[in-house]
Amino acid sequence: MHRVVITGAGTINPLGHSVKDTLEAFREGRSGIGELDIRDVDRLSIRIGGQVRDYDPDARFNRQQQALYDRFTQFTLIAAEEAIRQSGLEFLGRLADRSGVVLGTSGGGLTTQDENYRAVYEEGKNRVHPFIVPKLMNNAAASHVSMEWNLRGPSFTVATACASSNHAMGQAFSLIRSGMATVMVTGGSESMLCFGGVKAWEGLRVMSKDACRPFSANRNGMVQGEGAGVFVFEDYDHARARGAQILAEVVGFSMTSDAADIVMPSQQGAARAIAGALADAGIDAEKVGYINAHGTGTAANDKTECAAVSTVFGHHANDVMISSTKSMHGHLIGGTGAVELLACIMAVRDGVIAPTIGYEEPDPECALDVVPNEAREARVEYALSNAFAFGGLNAVLALKRA
Amino acid sequence: MGTGMSDSVKDRVIAIIAEQAVLEPSDISMDQSLADLGIDSMGVVEAIFSIEETFDIQVPFNANEPEKSAFDISSVRAVVGAVERLVSEQAA
Repeated sequence: MHRVVITGAGTINPLGHSVKDTLEAFREGRSGIGELDIRDVDRLSIRIGGQVRDYDPDARFNRQQQALYDRFTQFTLIAAEEAIRQSGLEFLGRLADRSGVVLGTSGGGLTTQDENYRAVYEEGKNRVHPFIVPKLMNNAAASHVSMEWNLRGPSFTVATACASSNHAMGQAFSLIRSGMATVMVTGGSESMLCFGGVKAWEGLRVMSKDACRPFSANRNGMVQGEGAGVFVFEDYDHARARGAQILAEVVGFSMTSDAADIVMPSQQGAARAIAGALADAGIDAEKVGYINAHGTGTAANDKTECAAVSTVFGHHANDVMISSTKSMHGHLIGGTGAVELLACIMAVRDGVIAPTIGYEEPDPECALDVVPNEAREARVEYALSNAFAFGGLNAVLALKRA
Repeated sequence: MGTGMSDSVKDRVIAIIAEQAVLEPSDISMDQSLADLGIDSMGVVEAIFSIEETFDIQVPFNANEPEKSAFDISSVRAVVGAVERLVSEQAA
């Protein structure tokens, strides 16, 4: 089995347009959630979200590129560039053939669909731009990253709703660990903050109208975000041989299915995924210092997740720090696990634990150390990242300090 | 508002609840809770959607904090009363 390390990271999300800015926001406990600035917002009852601010596509992509790149693809390409530049890798020859891209997304080019349905249904147009299909397809982002960087090995897109990024990164990890690939560019992206996207979520009545307050007794739902997180996963021997800077090691992954309910989470399914990641990493729960929670801020998720962590961690559940950074960047759905992995890297590499902001009232059903409101310094050897999707599909990653 | 109108709101709300519970409207009693009728959280959200569509009203309801919502769903009677109020308020 090959060891797998992270040698590059990139992001654009509501907290910033780079890893540096995002980690700074995590340290300061800053929120990127605010009033939605989208077309027809006056017809929505949910009017807040974690939007990527101060973003000008014209400054990054020319007209021809924008004709092919949905917003979720643009975010992916920006994050991928940052990650690959940091890794210092150049994909040529055999390395190019042994390197690929696996990314998570839930809605893919939903903004493109929304705009073009509007054109044909609302505006009555009988013609749409010729590139709508290649622009909206879920694998568009992965394909454009492969073309941009000459990644000619295993490449595909994973769609498991809110666990998409974790499932994608788990696949990247497995591909390198098994020897099928040397380098994998991986993570995820989402951009659902358009009228139709938010309207669909409204219908489920699980969205908060004011703030995302995970684990707080007065939490009242999730807040949606957008953006991307992309990483370079690399074979450890390959990284060491070229003297690469290692951000963290990926040491475990597990996925389970609740096989129970299409929206309600299951304590047992989550617990099996957490325990599975520990077993895959070959470590006891006591070794884990930090968990980046799924922590959506819904009534159901947060108490179920805390119960699952307590089941697996036993007495150590009282000592482990568990925070939800969704309180700051919102729920990036298919991209969320990728942006949240940055908090795990910050924990094991920098010894800084991102807080759960907006925490106001203790909830006896979430009685863990949720790192309320302020970041904390702590030496962490191992960190877990939880993702539990609608549809009962769970994916948990384990990182180790490099 | 006349009695006939109220009755029709009541009958239509009961029909919506009965459909969610997979029961006949005659099997629904006003004192039962939606949970008594076997309606889960998804069923509640779907019933509220049907109520909004049927009466062309907006129902304030957050599944995360049903007890804090202005829309009382503690019993069939409470739901009928809440819908009657919303219909008269929002018709104004």
